[in-house]
Amino acid sequence: MAKILVLAEHRQGAIRDITYEMLTKARELAEKTNAELTAIVLGKNAKELAKPLTEYAKTIIAVEDGKLENFNSEAYKKILTKLITEHKPSLVLMGHTSYGIDLAPRLAAALNLPLATDLIDLAFENDTLNVTRQMYGGKVNVKATARKAETYIVTIRQATFTAKKPEPPADGQITEAPSQLTEEIVEKRFIQYVLPPPGGVDITAAEKLVGIGRGIKDHANIPQVEDLAKTLGAVLSCSRPIVDKGWLPNDRQVGTSGKTVKPKLYLALGISGAFQHVLGMKSSDLIIAVNKDPEAPIFSFADYGIVEDLFKIVPSLKNKVNELRTQKTST
Amino acid sequence: MDIIVCVKHVPETAEAELKIDSTGKNIEKTGLVYDINEWDDYALEEAVRIKEKQSGTVTAITIGAEDSDATLRKCLARGADKAIRLTDPKFADSDGYAIAKILHSVIKTLHYDLILTGMQAGDDGNAEVGPILAEMLGIPHATMVKKLELATGTAKVNRELEGGLEEQLEVKTPALFSVQTGINEPRYVSIMGIRKAMQKEIKVMTLADTGLTENDVGTAGSWTKIEKLYVPPVEKQAEFLKGTPDEVAAKITEILKSKGLI
Repeated sequence: MAKILVLAEHRQGAIRDITYEMLTKARELAEKTNAELTAIVLGKNAKELAKPLTEYAKTIIAVEDGKLENFNSEAYKKILTKLITEHKPSLVLMGHTSYGIDLAPRLAAALNLPLATDLIDLAFENDTLNVTRQMYGGKVNVKATARKAETYIVTIRQATFTAKKPEPPADGQITEAPSQLTEEIVEKRFIQYVLPPPGGVDITAAEKLVGIGRGIKDHANIPQVEDLAKTLGAVLSCSRPIVDKGWLPNDRQVGTSGKTVKPKLYLALGISGAFQHVLGMKSSDLIIAVNKDPEAPIFSFADYGIVEDLFKIVPSLKNKVNELRTQKTST
Repeated sequence: MDIIVCVKHVPETAEAELKIDSTGKNIEKTGLVYDINEWDDYALEEAVRIKEKQSGTVTAITIGAEDSDATLRKCLARGADKAIRLTDPKFADSDGYAIAKILHSVIKTLHYDLILTGMQAGDDGNAEVGPILAEMLGIPHATMVKKLELATGTAKVNRELEGGLEEQLEVKTPALFSVQTGINEPRYVSIMGIRKAMQKEIKVMTLADTGLTENDVGTAGSWTKIEKLYVPPVEKQAEFLKGTPDEVAAKITEILKSKGLI
């Protein structure tokens, strides 16, 4: 029976959500292609970590090794090379995450197996793998096919598939496989986790956020938006480019590499809505977006959209809110 | 310290309206403005900063049509010493794997202590060329690098993880690092700088110079093949508020008021 392998992702002792998302999608693919779903956990306490996966997959292969306490793409490559050669799976799934991005291309090159990355959908048609992904920052979708091979490797975009336990639960068995690591990987060593220095503002606690993006154009334009935020009683947050430019500290960043927020109001100004940002704010109660580009992906997530230059809206909005406040106090 | 930087000339699409062309496999390129890929811009800046501190050379290398020279000129103006452009009609439709093979064929003949790339390109966003190239060259790599400190024979790098966390690694050099945006602040290049760079030579190479065959590159040499491009289906669409800025502002205020947000 063909096998589909899912590489579990974990950090600091916890299985990451992408693992369950992949297991859910892989189960669907396994059912369709009559394949067996197998999860792989590599870690210092792999068997313990594997326990919650028994509800999702029939077989879980755990490789325990003290040298696998923290992720190391070179160590993972060595072990997965052995497992893939041994099990000859039809498909290997990993996350399009900081780990998968570091590992998958190098593993695929080492094994000369076709790789497709950052997938938002995939299906087998006969023996061909059809994939769906995005280009140009999410403005265009692409259907592509992979070169025919016995095994395909893919990386899956985060928060794209909804994790769902099988009914009834899989009641999987954890089997241990030996680690192939005879010695420490010396060319690439994990030293430590580094947390950004704590800032003064916790945007995850804010009830209202004004988020700014590339459309702000210049550092000098930030005070007027900050002013509007103050008027609204909101806190200023931003998308990645603003932090990259050093215009706001990184504790203000919303998105996969920043914070996940769920305020009552998210006012997005000049934010195009790349999925990395959207994942961090799409659960906000009310999203209002201002962007010059009518095609900006943010409009697919916003409740209200305004196609306009943000610098025309900001002063008007500030005035209107102030007017309302004055009316309130005078009555 | 000899550093090779892999760069790509890409259309700026963040604020452009994109159309699918008649083949259905590409976007309509006319009217789009091209520039150095954003991630590569940071890689180049990092390379030039290292060179300024430690001396050595920076070589920029790209695969693309003749108009990629604009990106190479920018690299030269920024402080790169040499530029190589690989151009051949046979390279068309190469995926990240085929691109890595082409880069490998040239880079393996050059001396380097460090190879820097952007972690992905703004057009196809595969985020795969760097690690594949490192595997072919047999050197260590790290992706999504946000901080890079060099010592003798090693580098300390911070990789970006999710949720604001980073991991610090020690990597033996020579190594390949694919950098994440925000690792530095790329400098502006003056018109004078670009003019000066116009006099520098760009070395042009074709498939015949790489030692590869037709089957190694293009669709034949790729892992994946694009079948169709399409505009993402809209699952949900915002309700658009229209009018003058004042009218729109009044509508927003009304909505906020009705929800008790002001």
